[in-house]
Amino acid sequence: MLDDFFTRALLAGIGVALAAGPLGCFIVWRRMAYFGDTMAHSALLGVALGFALGIDLTLGVVMITTVAALLLVFMQRAPWLSMDTLLGIMAHSTLSIGLIAVSLMAWLRIDLMAYLFGDILAVGRADVMWIYLSASGVLVVLAAIWRPLLAVTVHEDLARAEGVPAGPVRLLFMLLIAVVIAFAMKVVGILLITSLLIIPAAAARRAARTPERMAVLAALIGAIAVILGLHGSLYWDLPSGPAIVTAAALLFLLSLAPRPRTAAAARPARSVPHAPAPPKEGQ
Amino acid sequence: MFRRDRPTAGPATDHTSEDRTAVPLIAAAGVSVVLDARPILDGVDLGVSPGHIVTVVGPNGAGKTTLVRVLLGLLPPSAGHVNRRPGLRVGYLPQRLSFDPVLPLTVARLMTLTVRRSRSAVLAALAETGGDHLITTPVQALSGGELQRVLLARALLREPDLLVLDEPVQGVDFTGEAELYRLIGTIRDRRGCGVLMVSHDLHVVMAATDHVVCINRHVCCAGAPAQVTRHPAYRSLFGARAAAVAVYPHHHDHTHGPGGEVVPLNPPPAAGTGG
Repeated sequence: MLDDFFTRALLAGIGVALAAGPLGCFIVWRRMAYFGDTMAHSALLGVALGFALGIDLTLGVVMITTVAALLLVFMQRAPWLSMDTLLGIMAHSTLSIGLIAVSLMAWLRIDLMAYLFGDILAVGRADVMWIYLSASGVLVVLAAIWRPLLAVTVHEDLARAEGVPAGPVRLLFMLLIAVVIAFAMKVVGILLITSLLIIPAAAARRAARTPERMAVLAALIGAIAVILGLHGSLYWDLPSGPAIVTAAALLFLLSLAPRPRTAAAARPARSVPHAPAPPKEGQ
Repeated sequence: MFRRDRPTAGPATDHTSEDRTAVPLIAAAGVSVVLDARPILDGVDLGVSPGHIVTVVGPNGAGKTTLVRVLLGLLPPSAGHVNRRPGLRVGYLPQRLSFDPVLPLTVARLMTLTVRRSRSAVLAALAETGGDHLITTPVQALSGGELQRVLLARALLREPDLLVLDEPVQGVDFTGEAELYRLIGTIRDRRGCGVLMVSHDLHVVMAATDHVVCINRHVCCAGAPAQVTRHPAYRSLFGARAAAVAVYPHHHDHTHGPGGEVVPLNPPPAAGTGG
């Protein structure tokens, strides 16, 4: 079964999507879309580091993206620059430094496009195995920190006052993003990773009433996007990474379609069955 | 656990501020906070014992919320220290809690944010604050008064030794305000927990308090509500408004349900709690 390149690609993509969906929900809830994107942009530098040190490329990517995340957290304390400016600086400078580093290593003949936009049709058996190992690892850790991470996401002071170790939980969360970036890179590439994290989560929002359901839905929507995108890529000869992202975007558009019953259930009328609310009350 | 050691609160009879023999749940000693070279708090002492309601009042910018953050361990003091009883379990109702619509959250799920409890326990806690009809409501759809009831229930679900309420009547209309303070008093009576409240409004909160600490960076005056309102520092801090404010212990022959409907009180409550 794994002899077929298309089956391998499908399995690899679904594995990535299953982990990226729930993790992406937290990225959406915590408003970290560009934070994640900046981490992803630094991944090429990780690839260069991996080549330069002769270590595993995935390990290099995890290391560099984690360092980038910590650097961002540290720079957040600079009160004279806003976060979006910092993210813009970090994202493009790390990507540029990565591109320069790769080009300086003249002996390397790597396919830059494969790193930037993904090359899922080239994944081998070992890649598929590694993707599933890391994806299950990410999901197990995420499940373990789910409750404290959600509490910190809803209200950090509240969570800390009630004994949730906010710092370690957040650090672990960033490490999970780094791991997902490292193995999602093969599927959609550095420049498109954020979409695989965010679009399925956004598409799941309207159909979900609890955070847990939104996470499960995001994983499923991501997997469907991979299946649709890869088939589109196969039948119309489209680039596979962009095809997957486009499929996810179409699913997101579909989720915006008016669905009277679900929409009404998500926002019931103010539940004051008896008297009209006093005029001052309300927000 | 530690919660076993607390003096069992029988029918709470005496909550006067003189009765402070128990070991405080939490105590600040000489707490000062300096942020960006700006003094926010200066040498503040404050303690909350089991079964007591301590209210911090003060004008805007007096450092009330900063004091709460220091007491909760969210902000390290620049000087002084905070003693918490080991194993202290805190239920916290923060100021200005707003919910991002992108995170789907029902009241039921909000309730179990930092604890695991059965649905029946969640319902019981909500019933205690009159919010049990809201259990399936998305948190974004709650009105101000409903939200505070739910948040109070959420804090109670933790079975706290200490309730910390930062401006609990925010977004609540005037009748709801008195109602909410009464509810807090009832909870203290029933559970024997300590309550630390922060407020910038004066008269209603005074009636529901054992001990008032009036701060404006430092402690201006402290004591039973009746004493504090007579204190010159209090009058200078709140100006003419304070003079008009009498301590206001009063009884109700009825109360209002969550929908605003009149609910008779049977039997009428015991003696008022004001000084």
